[in-house]
Amino acid sequence: MTQALSIENLTAHYGTTKVLEDLTMHIAAGELVSLLGASGCGKTTTLRLIAGFLDPTAGKITLGGRDLTRLPAYKRDIGLVFQNYALFPHLSVRDNVAFGPKQRGVSVTERERRADAMLQRVGLEGLADRLPAALSGGQKQRVALARALVIEPPLLMFDEPLSNLDAKLRVDMRVEIRQLQRANGTTSVYVTHDQEEAFSISDRVAIMNAGRIMQFDTPEKLYQRPENAFVARFVGFENLIPMRVTARDGRKVTAEAPGGTLLALDEQRLGPIPDRFVLATRADGLEVSADPAAPGLPATLGLRTYLGRAYQYQCDTAAGGLIANGALSAPLASGASARLVPVLDQCCVLKSE
Amino acid sequence: MKPRTSPFLIAFAALVYIFLVGPLVIVLGAALSDTTYLTFPPHGLSLRWFEKIFEVGAFRTTFVTSFQLAFLATALALLIGIPAAYALNRYRIALPSWLSTVFVLPILVPEIVLGFSLLKSVTVGAGAPIFPTLLIGHTLIVLPYAVRVVSASLASFDFSVEEAAISLGSPPVKTFLTIVLPNIRSGVIAAFILAFITSINDVSTSLFLTGPGISTLPIAILAYVEQYFDPTVASVSVLLMLLTVAVMAIVERTLGLTFLTK
Repeated sequence: MTQALSIENLTAHYGTTKVLEDLTMHIAAGELVSLLGASGCGKTTTLRLIAGFLDPTAGKITLGGRDLTRLPAYKRDIGLVFQNYALFPHLSVRDNVAFGPKQRGVSVTERERRADAMLQRVGLEGLADRLPAALSGGQKQRVALARALVIEPPLLMFDEPLSNLDAKLRVDMRVEIRQLQRANGTTSVYVTHDQEEAFSISDRVAIMNAGRIMQFDTPEKLYQRPENAFVARFVGFENLIPMRVTARDGRKVTAEAPGGTLLALDEQRLGPIPDRFVLATRADGLEVSADPAAPGLPATLGLRTYLGRAYQYQCDTAAGGLIANGALSAPLASGASARLVPVLDQCCVLKSE
Repeated sequence: MKPRTSPFLIAFAALVYIFLVGPLVIVLGAALSDTTYLTFPPHGLSLRWFEKIFEVGAFRTTFVTSFQLAFLATALALLIGIPAAYALNRYRIALPSWLSTVFVLPILVPEIVLGFSLLKSVTVGAGAPIFPTLLIGHTLIVLPYAVRVVSASLASFDFSVEEAAISLGSPPVKTFLTIVLPNIRSGVIAAFILAFITSINDVSTSLFLTGPGISTLPIAILAYVEQYFDPTVASVSVLLMLLTVAVMAIVERTLGLTFLTK
């Protein structure tokens, strides 16, 4: 039982403040999609709108062709996993899991059988009679997962489910969540502010900012080919250099950086290059060279830090402060002049803003 | 290693206890006295002043009235106060901050003023019968306790638990009864006890609202003391204390049991 989720032109307000603007996204059946962004970006609002805890001011939400927009939350059939677990404190673990089936009129023996079977799947078979207060954080989140899964929902949603767990457990749990989600083929929406978590378990990730989706793509695409400056910075492109094309020869392009430095670029490796654009690189994609003839931006080196695999330099250039890496074999002193050479395979071209 | 405690602190704590328990011991002693006047320590031991209570008709009828009044006023206050406290906590961000203060106003207004204004407007103004007016007065007096105490429980309640239940298919009202209420049980019981005791003990408001034929026990005691000075007053006080304790014990038990069996 798995269904596609469609969100069309969804807009929401808190009072007079617009918190979500014209959001459209289509999630395929069986897909796990993360909503990623800093707090206040609208990711939790989106989840609460889908769950039915908030009403949109405009837009439409459909799940498997069924219009959810005006349906009360308790009729939506969506499995929810909360950050703080939200287990029923006065019910045993088994009764927590059996709660959903109970609302659906399943008989006592049958719902207890289902609850026990689901608890076994999440590895908690011995703890069915305990109260939630007697469980560890990881166990609580497993119960919450079992409770959401046992109703076999067409859509499963996670609201920062691992934020309250310690680092090691977070990694284990996210693998488990992904395995269960894959095995059941349940369409899932996963809200998090943790980039690594989102990228590691999602089929696609929507990076959000100020109530809008900045880019909705596979983790690989987002990481390697961000489409705009916001996403580029978000995924760790420290250096954004504004450029202007001065000459074109087929797919070979010559472009000028601030300060007049000319760089030879290649559309075959970077994709189409507009006349004005931003060249984005991570520190790894900008190599420090002591050779004054190297094809790169002239820079004065500042603070040097040791990364283990390389040295990293804070650099002062005509394009502003940039961050570049240099070889371990040749550490350069602070104040030295150097060239910063872009590694084209690790650069990407963004539209000017 | 022994924890360090100052002798001064121990003496101070002892004084506080004596101050709290002392009057109760004196009343109990006076109630058991064989004399025809109030005295402590008691001269001789006798239960005859307890027998006397049942001979005074005013004590019998007002005792029933007081308990009926306390139960009904407390029940009404909880019926209004629990939903009010829920709304105040659930929608705290959306609601104006002065709204929660409104529910404390009845304790801020001197009870004498409340009693007088109810007498003027409801009893005299609207010509309402005595018992309903008393009920309105007592409900108003105990409502702030109900709202405050239940609010305190709700403040530590995680409302995402409620959302979890709703997402699993439980309608909102059912969710309130099966998920929220059991988790604020201790607050509701505490509110019940506080409200009940406040109502049973009330003198100031009741003084204005009692009338011919209908009175409450504290008012009857007051009237009795004005005329007689025998230990009946002390024994009726002891009886009232014992009954209050008994009622609270029963409430704890029964409320506890019904909530546990869902």
